[in-house]
Amino acid sequence: MTLEVIGISVLWLFLFGYIIVASIDFGAGFFNAYSLYRGKQHILTKIIQRYLSPVWEVTNVFLVFFFVGIVGFFPKTAYYYGTTLLVPVSIAIILLAIRGSYYAFTTYGGLKHKIYVFLYGVSGLFIPASLSIVITISEGGFVNMEQSGPILDYFKLFTSPLSWSIVVLSLTAVLYISAVFLTWYADHANDMDATELMRKYALIWAGPCILTAAGIIVEMHGHNYEHFTRLIQLWWLFAISLVLFIGTVILLWKRHRYGLAFGLLTGQFALAFFAYGISHYPYLLYTYLTIYDSFTNEAMATALIIAFIAGLALLIPSLILLLRLFLFNKEYVQGKQSNHP
Amino acid sequence: MGNEEAVFFSRVLTEMTLSFHIIYATIGVGIPLMIMMAQWVGIKKHDEHYILLARRWTRGYVITVAVGVVTGTAIGLQLSLLWPNFMELAGNVIALPLFMETFAFFFEAIFLGIYLYTWDRFENQKKHLLLLIPVALGASFSAIFITIVNAFMNAPQGFDIIDGHLVNIKPLLAMFNPAMPTKVAHVLVSAYMTSAFVLASIAAFRLLKGSNHIYHKKALFFTMKVGLIFTIATVIIGDFSGKYLAEYQPEKLAAAEWHFESEGKAPLILYGILEDGEVKYAFKIPFALSILAHGNPNSEVIGLNDFQKDETPPLYIHYLFDAMITIGMLMLVLSITYIVGLWKKWTYVRSKWYRLLIVIGGPLSILAIEAGWWLDEVGRQPWVLRGILKTKDAATSSGQVDTMLLLFAGLYIILGIGSNIVLSRMFRKNTIEQELADRELEEAGELY
Ligand code: HDD
Ligand code: HEM
Ligand code: HEM
Repeated sequence: MTLEVIGISVLWLFLFGYIIVASIDFGAGFFNAYSLYRGKQHILTKIIQRYLSPVWEVTNVFLVFFFVGIVGFFPKTAYYYGTTLLVPVSIAIILLAIRGSYYAFTTYGGLKHKIYVFLYGVSGLFIPASLSIVITISEGGFVNMEQSGPILDYFKLFTSPLSWSIVVLSLTAVLYISAVFLTWYADHANDMDATELMRKYALIWAGPCILTAAGIIVEMHGHNYEHFTRLIQLWWLFAISLVLFIGTVILLWKRHRYGLAFGLLTGQFALAFFAYGISHYPYLLYTYLTIYDSFTNEAMATALIIAFIAGLALLIPSLILLLRLFLFNKEYVQGKQSNHP
Repeated sequence: MGNEEAVFFSRVLTEMTLSFHIIYATIGVGIPLMIMMAQWVGIKKHDEHYILLARRWTRGYVITVAVGVVTGTAIGLQLSLLWPNFMELAGNVIALPLFMETFAFFFEAIFLGIYLYTWDRFENQKKHLLLLIPVALGASFSAIFITIVNAFMNAPQGFDIIDGHLVNIKPLLAMFNPAMPTKVAHVLVSAYMTSAFVLASIAAFRLLKGSNHIYHKKALFFTMKVGLIFTIATVIIGDFSGKYLAEYQPEKLAAAEWHFESEGKAPLILYGILEDGEVKYAFKIPFALSILAHGNPNSEVIGLNDFQKDETPPLYIHYLFDAMITIGMLMLVLSITYIVGLWKKWTYVRSKWYRLLIVIGGPLSILAIEAGWWLDEVGRQPWVLRGILKTKDAATSSGQVDTMLLLFAGLYIILGIGSNIVLSRMFRKNTIEQELADRELEEAGELY
């Protein structure tokens, strides 16, 4: 494996981590707001808060890791994406900022108001939508090189069916991932009402999620034929992913082993995400930028990889401790312990 | 929007985000250390008051961390969005500390989550305290790593440029640049100092408001003592920072000191105004600049006139330097007189006006941090990477920076007001008397 491939694989892995943990977070906020609107808030709020409270900051660091890492391994991305993405990413930052701080204000600071719950829920849908634009742009066709530098063609972006399908996919995926996880978490907490409600949401969102995912592949045929053919070459990865999806749905349907169901879901998304990533190779920004011509120098790459391995040695035991104390600790999950300061 | 405008608005947006982030970041670096020390004393002395100090500070800390995290995420992305050319170049040479910083964040975030939700979960309280160590380490190391990046901007090294290409890159050499030792040390101790005085300011405020509870007195004594130690360190390392500047960035020191002609026995100029190139109404300390620069009253200090006009920083940084030094000296005097006065049982330490001074000390220290950073960053102008890349060549070519500036200004107003409301409500609603009573009940098992 070349250094370039190691670099992009590491980043892709952390991006995947962010997508899963952030989807749970975003979806949870939405379901919480929705259940408040439907007057069912008593069922969900406790479960959701108990999960989110110790981990929300960690979720954010996954994102930070990705964008710092990509500028480190592939400095030219700072130039291409930095110049073009000012507006969409700024909007995402502002939403993330409001969402994150109001989560802290309400949870720890006792600021309680219905309006915040709604804002919190809705912002959780706008963030994935605005971040997903980055994926769309990477497909090429939306950036023009002009005298002053790369320019994003907003008109084309907003009128392209591809960009809207990616937005819709990001939303359905957020809701589906989050619902499956919370079904398991609620079940773990022996909370029957919450489990049933989340199971229902999970089953509702399963269909739209897989349909929009398949839709992207069709869209790609028209938008970027080269990428489309590479996607098709990897059909078997998508096929396994589909099998895992069916497995999740069956388990949910039969009210059986929700933990395994979430495991299968993670596998399904991992396979699809990596298959997409592999088919994207070698481009970071279609036709302008590949992982080879944007790569940093060898000395820096080696240093970053060593730092990464050292960092992981620190990180993995800590993450395991966090999960053991909160996610897998029955007492905590069931709310028998709440030792906040 | 022309390119000049894009540069201008990018500057303003960067200044705004960093100036806002640094308030929360400084508190985020210092407070975990304070909590750690208070909890340690509490466990050692079996003193419930210190444990409660740690608890209450932790609750406030969560709020400031949240704002620190979201504004940090903003500046992290803005560096690429607003200064793509700079980040492309810097990414090649100084990405290593930036990358390591994210691990420090991870470490801090994970253990903060654990620490927050494990109060009273362990029989042995020391175990709980142990969980705070990674939080404090993570926070201080984020400051160390990001300051290394900034030190590199002031004294870039560890690479060669041949025909416009970066070659011979040595990531470690870039990290351990000449600006790094003094800068990292000064930033760290000034963050500890500021956090101590911010907490002292809260305790003094409660006492001023009429509470006479021993809890607040202990808090005040503890934070002033810690504050004194770190102020001494800040001033000493500040002196080393001056020596660094004299050696490696003489134009910054000269501009900060309105020192125009190279000469020995140079006086330190405080305040004053500049009229037609003449310094007026200033307060001069003979030999002090020579001492600050080289530790020797006779040594020569290079003056501004020895530099090209278009490569010297704006002269208003003089006032920033003055503000920082004045506040440093003031806080030094304030904390010494407090400790000595308490020891000698002089009555002024309990007087209203003296407590008011301590209340003001917290915000003043934050002002010193801001002044110090502005001195550092504006004093580097016109360069973004000193001697290599000019600020005007580093900015984005995007035309929408002004709109983003407005959006972010709105965001910071909301966050600033929100965090203040939440923090003050949190402590006003939950008075210390009430909380001590609750905890006694809880321990007696009557609440559950
Ligand atoms: C509580 C805050 C505080 C206080 C009281 C002081 N400083 Fe400071 N100073 C900082 C907080 C700070 C800072 C915010 O941490 C800076 C900005 C950038 C940096 O490296 O540290 C800084 C920068 C800074 C620089 C510029 C370094 C550079 O640009 O590379 C010098 C020369 C000094 N300081 C010197 C002093 C002296 C002689 C002080 C004596 C009273 C002093 N500082 C008090
Ligand atoms: C020297 C000045 C700075 C110091 C001392 C500092 C320190 C900190 C600290 C301690 C935190 C953790 C949050 C908290 O505990 O409150 C933080 C957050 C953050 N900072 Fe800064 N910072 C500085 C400047 C910057 C700059 C210039 C960047 C841009 C690269 C940056 C990027 C970040 C990011 C991305 C976060 C969020 C991390 C997370 O998600 O947990 N900081 N900063
Ligand atoms: C957190 C405390 C900091 C504050 C308050 C601060 C403040 C400022 C100010 C006032 C400027 C504008 C100077 C001018 O245009 O006249 C600036 C520029 C800049 N700073 Fe900092 N800064 C801080 C830390 C950092 C750090 C740690 C980094 C490095 C990662 C950094 C990176 C930059 C960049 C890239 C620019 C734009 C280019 C330039 O104007 O030179 N800053 N900052």
